[in-house]
Amino acid sequence: MVGKMEAVNGVKSGSNSSPSTFQSAFFKPDLSLKSLKLKTKQQELLIRVSILTLVYILAFITRLFSVLRYESMIHEFDPYFNYRTTLFLTEKGFYEFWNWFDSESWYPLGRIIGGTLYPGLMVTAALIYSIIRFLRFAVHIREVCVLTAPFFASNTTIVAYFFGKELWDSGAGLVAAALIAICPGYISRSVAGSYDNEGVAIFALLLTFYLFVKAVNTGSLAWALASAFGYFYMVSAWGGYVFIINLIPLYAMVLLITGRYSMRLYVAYNCMYILGMLLAMQIRFVGFQHVQSGEHMAAMGVFFLMQVFYFLDWVKHLLSDTKLFQAFLRITVTCAVGVGAIALGVGTASGYISPWTGRFYSLLDPTYAKDHIPIIASVSEHQPTAWSSFMFDFHILLFLFPAGLYFCFKRLSDATIFIVMYGLTSMYFAGVMVRLILVATPAMCLISAIAVSATIKNLTQLVRTKSKVAHTGSSKGTTSGKASSKASLDQSLPFQRNGAVALLIGAFYLLCKYVTHCTWVTSEAYSSPSIVLAARGAYGNRVIFDDYREAYFWLRQNTPPDAKVMSWWDYGYQITAMGNRTVIVDNNTWNNTHIATVGRAMSSYEDEAYEIMRSLDVDYVLVVFGGVTGYSSDDINKFLWMVRIGGGVFPVIKEPDYLVNGEYRVDKGAAPKMLNCLMYKLSYYRFGELQTEYGKPPGYDRARGAEIGNKDIKLEYLEEAFTTSNWIVRIYKVKPPNNRW
Amino acid sequence: MANLPMFLTIISFLPFLCYSSPENPTDRRILVVLDDIGLKSSHSIFFKSLQTRGLELDFKLADDPKISLQRFGQYLYDGLILFSPTTERFGGSLDLGAILDFVDSGHDLIITTDVSASGLIRSIATECGVDFDEDPSAMVIDHTSYAVSDTEGDHTLIASDDFIQSDVILGSTTIEAPVLYKGIGHSLNSANSLVLKVLSASPSAYSADPNSKLSSPPLLTGLAISLVSVVQARNNARIMISGSLEMFSNRLFRSGAQKAGSSNRYEKSGNEQFVTELSKWIFHERGHLKAANVRHHKVGETDEPAMYRINDDLEYSVEIHEWSGKSWEPYVSNDVQIQFYMMSPYVLKTLSSDQKGKYFTSFKVPDIYGVFQFKVEYQRLGYTSLSLLKQIPVRPFKHNEYERFIKTAFPYYGASFSAMAGFFIFSIVYLYYK
Repeated sequence: MVGKMEAVNGVKSGSNSSPSTFQSAFFKPDLSLKSLKLKTKQQELLIRVSILTLVYILAFITRLFSVLRYESMIHEFDPYFNYRTTLFLTEKGFYEFWNWFDSESWYPLGRIIGGTLYPGLMVTAALIYSIIRFLRFAVHIREVCVLTAPFFASNTTIVAYFFGKELWDSGAGLVAAALIAICPGYISRSVAGSYDNEGVAIFALLLTFYLFVKAVNTGSLAWALASAFGYFYMVSAWGGYVFIINLIPLYAMVLLITGRYSMRLYVAYNCMYILGMLLAMQIRFVGFQHVQSGEHMAAMGVFFLMQVFYFLDWVKHLLSDTKLFQAFLRITVTCAVGVGAIALGVGTASGYISPWTGRFYSLLDPTYAKDHIPIIASVSEHQPTAWSSFMFDFHILLFLFPAGLYFCFKRLSDATIFIVMYGLTSMYFAGVMVRLILVATPAMCLISAIAVSATIKNLTQLVRTKSKVAHTGSSKGTTSGKASSKASLDQSLPFQRNGAVALLIGAFYLLCKYVTHCTWVTSEAYSSPSIVLAARGAYGNRVIFDDYREAYFWLRQNTPPDAKVMSWWDYGYQITAMGNRTVIVDNNTWNNTHIATVGRAMSSYEDEAYEIMRSLDVDYVLVVFGGVTGYSSDDINKFLWMVRIGGGVFPVIKEPDYLVNGEYRVDKGAAPKMLNCLMYKLSYYRFGELQTEYGKPPGYDRARGAEIGNKDIKLEYLEEAFTTSNWIVRIYKVKPPNNRW
Repeated sequence: MANLPMFLTIISFLPFLCYSSPENPTDRRILVVLDDIGLKSSHSIFFKSLQTRGLELDFKLADDPKISLQRFGQYLYDGLILFSPTTERFGGSLDLGAILDFVDSGHDLIITTDVSASGLIRSIATECGVDFDEDPSAMVIDHTSYAVSDTEGDHTLIASDDFIQSDVILGSTTIEAPVLYKGIGHSLNSANSLVLKVLSASPSAYSADPNSKLSSPPLLTGLAISLVSVVQARNNARIMISGSLEMFSNRLFRSGAQKAGSSNRYEKSGNEQFVTELSKWIFHERGHLKAANVRHHKVGETDEPAMYRINDDLEYSVEIHEWSGKSWEPYVSNDVQIQFYMMSPYVLKTLSSDQKGKYFTSFKVPDIYGVFQFKVEYQRLGYTSLSLLKQIPVRPFKHNEYERFIKTAFPYYGASFSAMAGFFIFSIVYLYYK
C-alpha cells in the first residue's frame, strides 16, 4: 500500500513544483523520491501532507456539482435569509447588523434580526469577502456565500485528520479525513450554495471536540482555552451548540464515574466551561441562557461536581484514615447532590431557570412534538429518520461503525471514550431527527476510520511479516504490542497470507464502492438547489422549472414596494430575499400564533379568510401548486399541517372537517370544507379547464394522481394576479372592499 | 411648415388644457341621458339650475348610438344623470358594466325611474344597494299624507317631509314645504352599509298597483319604503336614486303643496329646494373634505423619521379642508381622532384643533416594537370619508442606547473589578512570594 502511494506521490510531486514549503527545501528537480534520500519519517510526512492536500481539494470540488449542474446560486429556504443578512452586513456594517430591526418580515410584528440569529455564518462570510476584496479580487458576495460551505467542509477534513490522529494514529486521521470529505451525510448540508449555519457549524463542532480531547489528553490550559474559543465560534454559528454543552459534561461525568478523574480533566473542563460560557454570553441570541435555561444546567451541575471531587481529593490527600474518608465522602456527596437538586428545584419553580424547550423535549421523546407542537413536527427535516436514509447517507460507515467501536473499546483511553460517547449519542439523535444525521456524520467517519485503519494495518502487517523474516514486525515503532502479539499468534493459521490479501482486496473494494456511492449521491440527490427544479422530459432531456424565481421576480417588479404577501411560512425567506416584499410569516417560526393565523386563513372559507387577510393588511397571497408539473412538495400536500397548526391555536379549525374517513383527498370524494377552503380554491382556480396529461380528463392533478373535485371555482374576494409558466407558483391579489357595499 | 412650431406648442400645451384642476372636486361635465327629448323642456328648471351653477350638461337620447362615457380610456364626464326610466338598452357603449365602472372610478350618478322602470335601471339600482318594488305597476300610495290637489286622485301623489337630518346633504336652510312625489318606492338592501334614506315615505304608505284591487298584503310598506336614497361609495362617488322622475319636473317644482290633514298650504312645493340641494351634494359642491400636510415627527424635530424608537415622543398634525363650492375652507370640528395602530389601536386620541383646519396632537410611542400605522378614519354623515393611513415601523432600543452605568448596579461593578484586582494580586503573591 505504501509503495503504491509513493509511486502516485512521486508522479504528483514531479509534476507539481512545490506542494508545500517545508518539503521544497529537499526538492531538487529531475530526481526521483528515492534519490532524495529522505529518511522514512520525512517520507511519511511528505506522503501525509500530500494526501491531506488531495483530500482538502477533493472535499471542495465534490461539492461543486450543484454549481456545474445549475448555476452559482443560493439553495433552499434558510440560506436565503442568511444571504440577505450577509448582504446587509456587508453593505451597512456590523453595528447596523447587530441592531437590525426588520420591518419586512412578520408584518406587523417585525423581527429584531440582530438579536435573533446566530451571526457566525454571516460574519465569517463577510470576513472572507472583505479579505478577498482586500486582495483586490472583485467577487460578488453571493459567490462567497455559495462557496463558504465547501470551504469549511475542506477545513473540516483537516480537523478530522488531527482528531483521528489524537484518537488513534495518523493513519486513522488520514482515513477519517478522506471519509468525511465525501460522506453524503455531511455533503447534504454543505454543497456549494447551501449557505446555512450547519456548513460552518460542523467544522466548529469538530474543532471544539478535537481541542477539548486534546486538552483532556494534555491537561494544558492553552488547549482548553482554544477549545473554549472553538465553542464560542460554534455558539455563534448554530443552535446545535447545545449538543456540545451537554455532551462534554456527560463525558466528564462518565470519566468521574469510571474513576478516570484526573487533573487533566479538571483543568480542561473547568477552563473550557467557564471561558466558553462567558464567551457564549456575548452572542445576543444566546444571552444568559447558559445560567438560566434548563438545557444548560447539566454543564453547570457537572462543574460544581468537579469542584466537589477536587475537594474530596484534597481531603483524601490530607486524611490518612480510609474509614474516616469513606464517611466523609458519603456525607459530602449526599450534601452536594442535595444542594444541587434543591437549587435546581428552586430555580425552576421561581422561573429563574427556564424549562426545556419543545425542540429539546422532542429530541428526548420523539413522539412529543407530534402530540404537542405541530409546528416542529411539520418540518420535514424534523421527522424521525428512515432506515434507508441511514444507508443512503452513511453507506459502509454503517457497518464499519460497530467495528470501530470494537477497536475503541479494545484500546480504551480518555480520547476513545469521548469518541464512543459522541458516536453513540449522536447516533441516537440521528435516529430521532433526519437533520441530525449531520451531527452524527463526523463521529461515524472517525470511528469507521479507526476500524478501517486498524484493520488494514493489521492485514498489511500480516502480509509483510510473512514475506520478511518472522517477528520483524514487532520491532516496528508504531505498532502496538497487542497487534504484534496478535500477528505472531495468527502465524499458526493456514492460508494466512492469502487470507489477508483477500481481505485487503475486499476492504479496497468496499472503499471504492463507498467512493462511487458518495459521488453518485452527491451528484444526483444533494446538488439540487430546490428553488430550481429539474425533471426528465419525455425524450430523456432535462427540463428546468424555474418558476420560483419567475414568481419572486414578478413580485419585485410588479407590486408596490410596501405590499404585504401572505404565504405559508416555508416561502417567507425567499419572498423577502428575492421578491423584496414584506411577508406575514417566514421560516423563523418564532411566533406560533401568527403562523396559526395564516394557517387559519388558508383553511377557512373565502369570506372568513378575507376578514383575516384584511386585518393583516394582506395585499397578495402566494401559493405553491404542483398539480401541473407533478411537483409533490406543494401547498396542497402541506395543507394538513396548516390545518393542524391553525387548529392548535384556533379550535374552530378541525382536522376531521378536511378528511373523509381519515383519508385526505382532493377529488370528488373530498370533504366539502376541503373543496371550498381558500387553499383549495387558490391552488385549483381555473385548473379545471386545463388538460395536464394526455388521455386524462381536464383538471387532472398530476401531483396527487386524481381528477379534482371542484372544477368550477369562483373567487369573490381575490383575483388572480400571476401564475408562473408551469403553474408552480400562483399569486393572487386581495381585492379592496366592494366600492358600493 | 411655418405652422409647425405653433402646432407643436399647442400639442405640448394640450395636456394642460385638458387638465381639469384636481383642486376642485366639483363635477364639471355631466352627461344627461333622456328617454324622450321632451324631458329637456318639461324638466328645464332643474337643468337650468345645474347649468347656472357652472355644470356643462350634455344631453343625449338613450338610444343615441354615439353615447359613450369614455374615450381612449379617459372619462369624458364627471357625472351621469339617467332620466330614462323605460330604456331597456342604451345606445353606444353604455351598459350596466360601463355605468358601474364609471361609479367605481369615482364619478357621480343620479338615477331616476318611474312606474315603468326597466330591468336595466332596476339592476343598476340593485347594484347600488336599493331594490325597487318588483311589481312593475306598483306605486307608492299614501291615504293619509297625500298631497291635496284640485282633482281628487288615487293618493299616488304624496307629500313627504320626512327628510334625513343632515345639513351637509340637504343644506343648512330647512326645507319647510313638503316634497311632492309620484312614483315607485324602493327598499334599502340591509347588506349594504353605505346606502342612506334621504326622503322616506310616511308610516302609512304602501306600494301597490293603484288600478287594481289589493289582493295580498303589499311587500313594501311604511317606513321601509324609501323615496329618495343616496349612496356614498368607498371611493367617495355619490349616487342618488329616486323612484320618481316627476319629482324633478317643472310642474311639481311650480305647484303648491299641502299635505293632507295639515292646514299649512305652501305656495311652492319643497321639490326645487330639495332637488337642488341634493344635487349640490351629489356633484360634490358640498361635504367634500380633503386632508393635507399630514406630518409627524419627534418632539423638537421637524423632519419626518423613517422609523421611530419605542418610547419616543412624537407630534402628529394634519390639516383638513372642506370644499365650499368655490374654495377650500378650513374644516372645524372637535371629533377627529387618531389611532396608533398595530392590529389594534395602541393609542387612540382626539386631535386638538386650532379652529383653522389644523389638527394636532402629541403622544408617546408605546413600549412595543412593530410596524405601526398612523390611522385617521374620519367618517361623518354626508362628508366624504377621510382615511389617512401612514405606515411607520417602531424599533426597539439599539444596544448602545441603554444607560451605560446604572446606579443600582454599582455593587456589581465593584464586585467584578475587585475580583479582577484580587486575582491579579493573588497571582503575583502566589507566583513570586513563596
